[in-house]
Amino acid sequence: MDEILSMKGITKVYPNGIVANKEVDFSVQKGEIHAIMGENGAGKSTLMKILFGMEQPEEGEIHYKGKKVTLNSPSVAIDYGIGMVHQHFMLVPSLTVAENMVLGIEPKRNNVFFDFDKAVRMVEEVSKTYNLDIDPNAVVLDLAVGKKQKIEILKALLRGAEILILDEPTAVLTPQETKELFEELINLKNKGLTIIFISHKLKEIKQITDRLTILRNGRSMGVYDTKDISEQEISRLMVGRDVILTVNKTDAIPGDTVLKIEDLSFYDKGNKPVVKDLSFRLRKGEILGIAGVEGNGQGELVEMITGLKKASKGKIFINDQEATKLSVKNIRNLKTSHIPEDRMVYGVAAEGTIGENLISDRYDYPVYNTGLIQRVKDLVQKSNELIDDYSIKCDGHTQQVNMLSGGNIQKVVVAREFSSDPELIIADQPTRGIDVGSTEFIRNKLVELRDEGTAILLVSADLNEVMELSDSLMVMYEGEMAAYFEDASKVDEMELGMYMLGLKKMEVKEMGGALGE
Amino acid sequence: MADLLDIIFSTSFGYAVLRVTTPILFATLGALISIKAGVVNISMEGTMLTAALTGVVVSAFTGSGMAGVVAAVLAGMLLGLMLAYFALNLKTDIILAAIAINLMASGGTVFALYVISGDRGISSSLASKVLPKIQIPIIHQIPVVGSVLSNHNILTYVALLSVIVVYVLIYKTPLGLRIRAVGENAHAADSVGISVIKTQYIALIMSGAFAGFGGAFMSMGYVSWFSTNMTAGRGFIALAAEALGMGRPFGVLLTSLLFGTADALANALQAFRIPSEFVQMVPYVVTILGLVIYAKRRQSMAQKHKSEDRV
Amino acid sequence: MNKKILFEAMRTLVAIGVALLLAFIIIFTVSEDPGYALQRFLLGPLSSLRNFGNVLEMAIPLVFTGLAISVMFTAKQFNLGAEGGFFIGAVGATALALSFELPPIIMPIVAILCGGIAGGLGNAIPALLKSKLDASELVSSLMMNYILFWLGIFIINNYFRDAQAGAMASHRLPEQVKLIRVLEGTRVHFGIFIALLMVILVYLFLYRSRWGYALRMVGLNIRFAEYSGINTKSVVLYSQIIGGIIAGMGGAVELLGMYTRFTWFQLPGYGWDGIIVAIMARNNPLLIPVFAFFLGYLRIGADLMSRVTDVPSEVVAIIQGIMIMLVTAERLLAGWRHRMIVKEKMQNQPIDEGGVQNG
Repeated sequence: MDEILSMKGITKVYPNGIVANKEVDFSVQKGEIHAIMGENGAGKSTLMKILFGMEQPEEGEIHYKGKKVTLNSPSVAIDYGIGMVHQHFMLVPSLTVAENMVLGIEPKRNNVFFDFDKAVRMVEEVSKTYNLDIDPNAVVLDLAVGKKQKIEILKALLRGAEILILDEPTAVLTPQETKELFEELINLKNKGLTIIFISHKLKEIKQITDRLTILRNGRSMGVYDTKDISEQEISRLMVGRDVILTVNKTDAIPGDTVLKIEDLSFYDKGNKPVVKDLSFRLRKGEILGIAGVEGNGQGELVEMITGLKKASKGKIFINDQEATKLSVKNIRNLKTSHIPEDRMVYGVAAEGTIGENLISDRYDYPVYNTGLIQRVKDLVQKSNELIDDYSIKCDGHTQQVNMLSGGNIQKVVVAREFSSDPELIIADQPTRGIDVGSTEFIRNKLVELRDEGTAILLVSADLNEVMELSDSLMVMYEGEMAAYFEDASKVDEMELGMYMLGLKKMEVKEMGGALGE
Repeated sequence: MADLLDIIFSTSFGYAVLRVTTPILFATLGALISIKAGVVNISMEGTMLTAALTGVVVSAFTGSGMAGVVAAVLAGMLLGLMLAYFALNLKTDIILAAIAINLMASGGTVFALYVISGDRGISSSLASKVLPKIQIPIIHQIPVVGSVLSNHNILTYVALLSVIVVYVLIYKTPLGLRIRAVGENAHAADSVGISVIKTQYIALIMSGAFAGFGGAFMSMGYVSWFSTNMTAGRGFIALAAEALGMGRPFGVLLTSLLFGTADALANALQAFRIPSEFVQMVPYVVTILGLVIYAKRRQSMAQKHKSEDRV
Repeated sequence: MNKKILFEAMRTLVAIGVALLLAFIIIFTVSEDPGYALQRFLLGPLSSLRNFGNVLEMAIPLVFTGLAISVMFTAKQFNLGAEGGFFIGAVGATALALSFELPPIIMPIVAILCGGIAGGLGNAIPALLKSKLDASELVSSLMMNYILFWLGIFIINNYFRDAQAGAMASHRLPEQVKLIRVLEGTRVHFGIFIALLMVILVYLFLYRSRWGYALRMVGLNIRFAEYSGINTKSVVLYSQIIGGIIAGMGGAVELLGMYTRFTWFQLPGYGWDGIIVAIMARNNPLLIPVFAFFLGYLRIGADLMSRVTDVPSEVVAIIQGIMIMLVTAERLLAGWRHRMIVKEKMQNQPIDEGGVQNG
């Protein structure tokens, strides 16, 4: 097979100083499905953005069909026949499928006006050629995720893509949609297309790719034929050492109920139930894990408990006090802490200093204020203490948070949330996208706090994490409780997967344990 | 009160409404295009002012009103270009860059007028031209309608036609599709090779052009001279008119007419015993009321969603 | 952190340099005697105590409006109502001074407070609309400028107008309400100390009080503030009201320090100037007086130049515009900055510190 594309010695440094790629070599052959693998933060997306002309590398060369090329914008990449399906869809919701697809290559009538009919015909043609069915007149807003992805693939094909880059395409799909996607991809491969497939899901990679390149911390760990490498080997190369982060913990000694959820529901703007009649309880000294594919209502549940969203129905009790309608502040006053899912949006003020970020929950406490004036010295001292206690790697409390690495930013959030003597911690994806060291640190802290009697609700898309840390475990699927396991250590991973994907669902009486019945 | 109603229902009042709506409508259409592309242009005020001066100066020196209009529109486009350069290339906050343009225009026009003509504050020594009025054939003969709709300044008709032009541009051309795509999801546009910056440049330059027309009308139609800060907040009122018109070309025509009516009413009320200061306030108060109604409606729609949610 | 300050300082210097250069070019183009014009422009303010005094007099109101804007901008509230607040503040002080008789010292204090309240009330409308209805404070505050102007004119015209005075003007202000002169040979008045006191108070408020902390966090990331339990709606409200109060106090101080009666029949423009000062000072209250002085210096220089040469003083408007645009231009010098960061990282970034947030 011919090498259709190669990247040599690619180095990319972002303006905030983060090195995303360092001297990466990468090449693909015509007609293969090639995976790029790596943990969150390994530099996969950056490498692909460079290939698609969205980012410019500081160093390195790209050769395409034997010639050196400069890809300084997506349109150049598209002209060469490189197409990309982004993880977050690049669609304009209010426009129709046809309008979205011809965006940038609009057919014209009389050289001036936009030719709607021709656009529709173009879409029909390409969808027939590649056997991908779509309604050109539908408005994108109304379509399901799988359909949107199909539009993205067709969009690239319409533009004559020979190389198709797919950035974690299965992350947002249901199992059925994934299966369908894989069939389509193999069909496209048979038609001569080259496909680059970014993922960190081992099984998928084994199933569909021919070769794979592994990235770790921005560097390439080599290229392998998929059939010649074992899952264990891939995992070792991705993570670096054979660490399966095991957490040493004893059995939980649960106490009184701290958090009680009763028939809680949340309906979105379209009146669609996102959380449906959820009931469970969480006890002192217990970690209750919530497993589930992302987007099954976990985020809304967390936001309702912490006061950021108001419940549409049902009740929330924290330490026997009704908290359903309380403000964020009042809920925090009930000794509740919250590690938010997206640290850069909610967890920190990125342009603020570390010190400012560490005190946002307690800046108004009487101990830190004398009359009208804040006791700045005490606040600084507290910040320095927290920086030490949580080993936040920084130049001091006046450094801006956005100059830190992801792991250290998360430690800032964790330091603040764990240090306020919480009785209830809502931890939403507490270790997402951060380095192994910080992950280990945060997980151990969670267990430590549990041992001290804190009640912890752990939401995580990382199956290892929920299974390692949780004492009890529940699964959310489509906003409902699909399963509840009193003892998380006895849960089988495969079985859990079935509940997460909606293939199985427990009977209500089986889940009575969630309510302590 | 009866007198007031007499005035409001007179043909001359209808005529006046169209006349005072003209500059607001131009500015509103300009604001609309910029906002559709996701780059709000709040420099309409300063741009109109600059264009108003340019029109007066060029028409005085060339002896041609048309040349004045062309120059005014070019001046508007130039300021749109400048705003685009700072906001899009140098990444200046677009609001602050626009404030800078407004401040520059407010003092700079006085400076330029003095340097060019020696006049202070009002262009009394410049023999500037006024644009012609046009009698629309047939309609001119119709009694009431004719005296409201006909015999307006040519730019008033340009403004009304511009509503249609903007509609066609935004909804029926590839450029309009791109402008909407860029404004709604710039990443999406970028990912298919549409230059977001180029599209926003075009939108800002077009919005400057409309402000240019508005400015030309102010100094060569509404009145026949330039005076300091003569736009008196119309460029800002346009922002409110755009929001109230929900960003739709025919919607903003209605809201511009609403503000134009308030303005005309202010002029009409001066004949009565109402203190002139309050009369002067009318357009601004109406703008705030408009904002309140717009915000209320948006909020009640959200509320409705919520209460439905609770069913 | 220090490097950041260095970059910002460089950018400010470049902005000032480019703006002045442009001013020089304009002066050379329009002036018959550019050398003399330039000399008056740059050195005129230092040529006599009176001229220098003029700079200080000019800086006083700019400190107030600069502070007002910086408080609101720090909370990311784009309220541009300092102009109207300043004006109505002066009207409020006039109304008090002409309606009540109070002992010296007390009277100016009450008058200034009255001005502050007037300014605060003026800004309360856009603040409430934003806080309760999420209506754009930008547009409503711009409208309020005009409304407050006409309201002020109405009040002066109908209740405090001196029919004997030739032009439209209020009655004379009583002596005991006026601020004393503090520098012999100039009109620099006690307001300069009030302005500096306000600088310190605003600094303490923003950086040493819990309300200031909440305000800054709302400005940095409102969702973070909300998540942290900060009452963001109230911050939106009080940041703008405080901005209005400071602007209103500025109007009152300006009136009581510089005028014998209320004579403004157009908006004085200090509110807009405050935006320039606040932007140049990066909203840092301690830098506000520096840039207020700087702007005052430019103004007086241009004024002196226009008196004896053929260059109108409005040339300053162009300088100001260019300065704002360049100071806030993020990309200006960004290339230099990025190259320095890259160089540094390439040299000493250990590989395991890499890793980006989203792969």
